[in-house]
Amino acid sequence: MKIKAKILDKEGVQKAITRISHEILERNKEKKKVVIVGIRNRGEYLARRIAESIKEITGNACAFGILDITLYRDDLTEIAEQPHLKETKIDCDITGKTVVLVDDVLFTGRTIRCAMDQLIDFGRPAVIQLAALVDRGHRELPIRADYVGKNVPTALNEIVEVKFKEVDGSDEVVICEKSGGK
Amino acid sequence: MKLLSARSPEASKVANAKSAIWTKKDLLGLEYLSKEEIELILDNAKSFKEVLARPLRKVPTLRGKTVVNLFYEPSTRTRVSFELAAKRLSADVITILKEGSSIEKGETLIDTGKNLEALKTDIIVVRHGSSGAAIMLARALDISVVNAGDGWHEHPTQALLDIFTLMEKRRRIEGLNVSIVGDIAHSRVARSNIWGLTKLGVNVTVCAPKELIPAGIEKLGVSVTNNIDEALKKADAINVLRMQFERDTKGAFPSRIEYFKTFGVTEERLKKAKKDIIVMHPGPINRGVEMAAEVADGANSVIMEQVTNGIAVRMAVLYLVSTAKKKKP
Repeated sequence: MKIKAKILDKEGVQKAITRISHEILERNKEKKKVVIVGIRNRGEYLARRIAESIKEITGNACAFGILDITLYRDDLTEIAEQPHLKETKIDCDITGKTVVLVDDVLFTGRTIRCAMDQLIDFGRPAVIQLAALVDRGHRELPIRADYVGKNVPTALNEIVEVKFKEVDGSDEVVICEKSGGK
Repeated sequence: MKLLSARSPEASKVANAKSAIWTKKDLLGLEYLSKEEIELILDNAKSFKEVLARPLRKVPTLRGKTVVNLFYEPSTRTRVSFELAAKRLSADVITILKEGSSIEKGETLIDTGKNLEALKTDIIVVRHGSSGAAIMLARALDISVVNAGDGWHEHPTQALLDIFTLMEKRRRIEGLNVSIVGDIAHSRVARSNIWGLTKLGVNVTVCAPKELIPAGIEKLGVSVTNNIDEALKKADAINVLRMQFERDTKGAFPSRIEYFKTFGVTEERLKKAKKDIIVMHPGPINRGVEMAAEVADGANSVIMEQVTNGIAVRMAVLYLVSTAKKKKP
């Protein structure tokens, strides 16, 4: 895989997170009702950052959760690689709350569809909103994000790679091109 | 900024588990699995246990798939557990018992299996009195076969749920001492446990009257004793097997009372064991034969937890065999 361009560096990632956090607080006046829910894997780290940032701004921790959407996927039997199942954990009842779903890259929208199905099995949120660090287009479902770090037009043969220091050692977003052959 | 601590232990754990991929269409026994494959099932079972704790205990994962429970031998726990596991995964479930089916008319196992395959089902969960029945069926069919107990051979999901329960209690099980007490010769639960536990680095001791210890069992890497107090002494956990009166064990021991006297796990005997010894039993219990009622219901007993964990473990198995990475043609 060849790296084509760096879209966000460490500073860019941090700025995007801070801005998304402010926007979430601006849109949702009842701060106590907000639950930040990250979608595994990278969405979890982004969600933790957003939750931290909101805590820094308001002084109060907001409710938090993690979703593993594997069991809700519509392509489980077709995908080449068996996904590894991980824990889903939401630390409060989401009924009546404003759930902000968080994922690193918004692409086809199928992951978000799975996540919404799963959320609704956990309770009946008053509102579900969506935050993504990168929106790369190519939607296959009528889904859009409420909060976007950066809109990046991409080609289908490109891959958007989001790195977080918690797992990858550094914060950055790059576009790679799939090499031919494999 | 505590949440941001670099490289959490969880992240490295994920990386390890990723190396194991499930490629088998069937689950036939723990003898045929690698340590990594056993760990993969147990790891997945953890996630399914979490599903069972949700307000809505159901996920859409196996929607459209059909699971057939094909039971040639009586069962309550295993059958209900598999049925629930399939339903919690949104699969359709059909149960076929020997009584009232064409099995009574003399249809062979393979013929029944082929017909079930022709009926476009996806997974057959089979329990049969003959050792090797599940393997024979799996070879004859393209659809998945899960062994729910075959003769004296294996009962893999029972051993997996035993090990899962042990792991919940002790986290690290490598190096623990587990004693399996009872009719080792006729027990598929014992055999599956021996395969699974030894692969995971657990020291296994089997304990039974001489007549119920199969020849050459040490070759599986277990210690043998005929003394229950000996088996209890160093044990971190004890798995007490049911005396199988329905199988021909006459002559192995004089009477139920006699067996209880010499091998029964009683409160008295437990007092001499480790204080936090874990007491397991695959059920159904013969109270006052292999185990005193007070022990079965006592503080060290995890028997009901085993039953609950059985659903999670079987969900993991059904999930893995149906999403097995297909071999390239």
